[in-house]
Amino acid sequence: MVLLGWTSIYAAVYNEEHSSILDMSQQYGKQLLWIIAAIVIGFFMLVVDSKFYVAFSYPVYAVTSLLLLAVLFLGTEINGARSWFDLGVVRLQPSEFAKFATALALAKYTSKHNFKVHRLNSLLTMGAILGIPMLLIVLQGDAGSALVYAVFTLVLFREGLSGVVLFFGFLVGLVFILTLLLGTGEVLAIVSIGAFLAYYFLGAGKKIILKPFLYVAGSFAMLLGVDNLFTLGLGWEYALLITSVISGLIIFVLSLKKRWKNVTTIMMVFLGSVMFTYSVNYAFENILQQHQRSRINLLLGKISDPLGVGWHVKQSMTAIGSGGVTGKGFLQGTQTKFKFVPEQSTDFIFCTVGEEWGFIGTTALICLFLFFLIRLVFLAERQRSVFSRVYGYSVACILFFHFAINIGMTIKLAPVIGIPLPFFSYGGSSLWSFTILLFIFLRLDASRLERL
Amino acid sequence: MDSYSKRKFIISGIFLMVGLLFIVKLFNLQILDTEFKQYATRNVLRKTVQYPSRGLIYDRNHKLLVYNQAAYDLLVTPREVKAFDTLMLCNILKIDIEDLRTGLKKATDYSRYKPSILVNQISSKQYALLQEKLYRFPGFFTQTRTIRDYPYRSAAHLLGGIGEVNSRDLKRDKYYSSGDYIGKGGVEKSYEEVLRGKKGIRFELKDAHNRVKGSYRGGELDTSAIRGRNVTLTIDADLQAYGEKLMQNKKGSIVAIDPSTGEVLCVVSSPAFDPTLLIGRERGKNYSVLLKDTLKPLFNRALMASYPPGSTFKMANALIGLQEKVIDFNTKIPCYGAFFYGNRSLGCHHKNEYGTSLIESVEMSCNTYYCNVFRYILEAPKFGTVKKGYENWIRHLHSMGFGIHLNTDFPRGEELTGLVPSTDYYEKRVFKGMRWRSLWIISLAIGQGELGVTPLQLTNYTAYLANRGHYYIPHVVKAVEGEEQIDERFLKPQQGTIDSAYFEPIIEGMYRVSLPPRGTARMSRIPGIEMCGKTGTAQNQGEDHSVFTAFAPKDKPKIAISVYVENAKWGSTYAAPIASLIMEKYLNDSIMESRKWLEKKMLDADLIHKGVNLLNH
Repeated sequence: MVLLGWTSIYAAVYNEEHSSILDMSQQYGKQLLWIIAAIVIGFFMLVVDSKFYVAFSYPVYAVTSLLLLAVLFLGTEINGARSWFDLGVVRLQPSEFAKFATALALAKYTSKHNFKVHRLNSLLTMGAILGIPMLLIVLQGDAGSALVYAVFTLVLFREGLSGVVLFFGFLVGLVFILTLLLGTGEVLAIVSIGAFLAYYFLGAGKKIILKPFLYVAGSFAMLLGVDNLFTLGLGWEYALLITSVISGLIIFVLSLKKRWKNVTTIMMVFLGSVMFTYSVNYAFENILQQHQRSRINLLLGKISDPLGVGWHVKQSMTAIGSGGVTGKGFLQGTQTKFKFVPEQSTDFIFCTVGEEWGFIGTTALICLFLFFLIRLVFLAERQRSVFSRVYGYSVACILFFHFAINIGMTIKLAPVIGIPLPFFSYGGSSLWSFTILLFIFLRLDASRLERL
Repeated sequence: MDSYSKRKFIISGIFLMVGLLFIVKLFNLQILDTEFKQYATRNVLRKTVQYPSRGLIYDRNHKLLVYNQAAYDLLVTPREVKAFDTLMLCNILKIDIEDLRTGLKKATDYSRYKPSILVNQISSKQYALLQEKLYRFPGFFTQTRTIRDYPYRSAAHLLGGIGEVNSRDLKRDKYYSSGDYIGKGGVEKSYEEVLRGKKGIRFELKDAHNRVKGSYRGGELDTSAIRGRNVTLTIDADLQAYGEKLMQNKKGSIVAIDPSTGEVLCVVSSPAFDPTLLIGRERGKNYSVLLKDTLKPLFNRALMASYPPGSTFKMANALIGLQEKVIDFNTKIPCYGAFFYGNRSLGCHHKNEYGTSLIESVEMSCNTYYCNVFRYILEAPKFGTVKKGYENWIRHLHSMGFGIHLNTDFPRGEELTGLVPSTDYYEKRVFKGMRWRSLWIISLAIGQGELGVTPLQLTNYTAYLANRGHYYIPHVVKAVEGEEQIDERFLKPQQGTIDSAYFEPIIEGMYRVSLPPRGTARMSRIPGIEMCGKTGTAQNQGEDHSVFTAFAPKDKPKIAISVYVENAKWGSTYAAPIASLIMEKYLNDSIMESRKWLEKKMLDADLIHKGVNLLNH
């Protein structure tokens, strides 16, 4: 495992080296320094007794949270995000360190011996553990990094969180995308039809199948007619909204009285979806910033802007696509070498691999990561303490999230969120944070036989 | 807790799914999709075109007719422009501040990163000024282009010019790209592929900001430009200039050919224009002025104007008559001052009741004689019908170069075929199903009616007469650098259908045209040179055109020429003297004292501007 980590780091060094020699000798030099520092840190992490991590997980969490708070006021603003401490020689990004701190805190909390994941109390506490750093990072203007915390859902899933949560997450994502793609009215229609089908097949048995829906359809038609007659200007969308929500509420109340559990659930989901549909539109237009909106629109193919927002993605896809099967060879990349790909040493490092090593290189890299991640999962699974296991899963999931989003965005499968590729991207904070993240787990793994 | 341990497979599954998705997408992106590879090449490589210098054009005596001069374009890359002194730039370039603004806006609209041309063809004087100050205008730079220049300022029609390629050129030939120059008309067009040379390409790597980062693969794909090859014309530059001078203030044309080779010695179309008008920044303006001129200076009369040949056509009918044996050397036909047919007549200014001989018919240009000969040819019993006789007549004319495309080296579309009406033509338009009657087309006998002949064709026909029965296809290029000989087709004689034995009496008649006391061109006789010629009058809706065609010397001719002067009535008045002066200039290199008055008269004659009595001769 240590070897694997070393290999990854070595690969990162190697990779960084060639893209740097040409026009980024400074970054190359720094990165080498970071790596040496990372090794020292890693070594330090291994030396520290594993009990220390268990004991100090809350204090570490508290300190990083304070740092996150402090950076809001004392930090330096880079690329629109106030998330850096400028210490002269080094610039530190507390949000990077918050990841392992949160993982520690979560592990600590879930390892309480009377922990039950579905208890409201524990749900709220976990929500708070994840929510505090998330909120602080969002406030820094770095929504991308904040999204990483969503991945802890996967960890909790392992710890018994109902699959329904994942399903809902999936549903929410689906409704979100559909709303942006199609518009609220159409999604409303789809959701209504879906609710109707669910109601029909899963719902109330055979007794009251059609009657209420005849009423619903009738009132919808009537409302449309009235709308047309008196030119109220409602349009079909609002007519549908009014009828479906009112009938939904009626059925909901009815089902509560008669204790048709399934119908209650379906109606709740339905009404929730309707509300979410409208809130998505509101959030999208009012809460998200312009560049985030553009990136999402771009991904959904709603806008095409190869020289503006699409520039990053277009250039990165060009670089990767031009690599072919075997790539242009070490140091031969033209797209990345001449700065067509922006941020290519940090967030778009994958382009260099794609261009210079081709499909073989990218596949090998992905396989390496997959092997690494799955290995981590199995390592986590063999832990005997809940603390170590939860922590291990956290490491795997955080790395997975970075891996998925970072590579995904370079090939237009994910929105452009500025998060680094673990062990590859340039940058001290991220490298150290991943090192700490990983080596704490290695330390825990090494002492898994000890009683904690 | 362990009840959930199976969920590690779900989580690992999610990991694997995402990884697999990536690999599929990457497979598609890196292996299947080629678009991105092409895009990458375009992205990173900048092709810089190395323009070759265009071939030079020399005249037959190796005098330079066309050479290259440097012109400078001012280009701008809008992104790199910083605040600058607009007024100073405008002053240097002598342009309005408004023009500069609109130009800049246009460039910005096109691309902020790519350079585009702001001002075309800056003179070298302005360029010198600009170059000194250029550092004050970031984002602006100059590019050298070659444009043509003409030391002789003549032969504009013949030489043609160069201009930017149009969309049709781009589609037709992949060699060109937008903004390239291509020959437009004349020799520049017909010898484009020789003159243009070969563009070179230099590949340079550039970065996202369009900055050059060095050559690509050490320059192994670069090609250097190959300069265009020089071309030597058959034209005599001095003769050409002299011809244009003689034709000043007159409309018409001169074409002179060396009969022994088919080399064109001069081609004048008047009014001519100075070819330097169509270079440089004033080109567009000057072009539209020339285009609107009612005298049509851009129209190349020598090749594109179709006139009736008039009496100069009579020799052709005489030869056909002899060949078809409907007349012989001794045939005499009486003339009563007109040719009478039915209740109509075709007048003749000559009268000889005792019978005009063949030689006299040419010398005196007897209309009656040729009307009869034409009838004999068409109505000869051996053809059966007049239509057959007419078709045979056409066959002979075609062999003399009338009514056919001569296949010269002028650009296609700049050389008219002329008109020898086909049987179809008459059947559809004139006879409309009626029986053929030779008398209805009797005006063809004396070179009038529907006949259309270009000055080039008329000269070619005269060369054919001079050669006693064959001609060489007229051409204007004598030699192309790097090629051993010119095109095969110009080197072998085009044998006509008339036996060379029949030519002598005709030529004798033409010789007498220049002799006193009776010759119609006796005023144009050049002492010491035996000239054979024939005057003519081309009927026209306005004042008739004056025609003269001739060759000299009588034996081993060195020059054949025809001159049209529009609206000048008699061939002897202007056309013959001008032709004789050209011939004298070519053969003797100068005009003798005794003929200086004639030269002066021709130079002074003004048939275009008012106040000149056309009939004053």
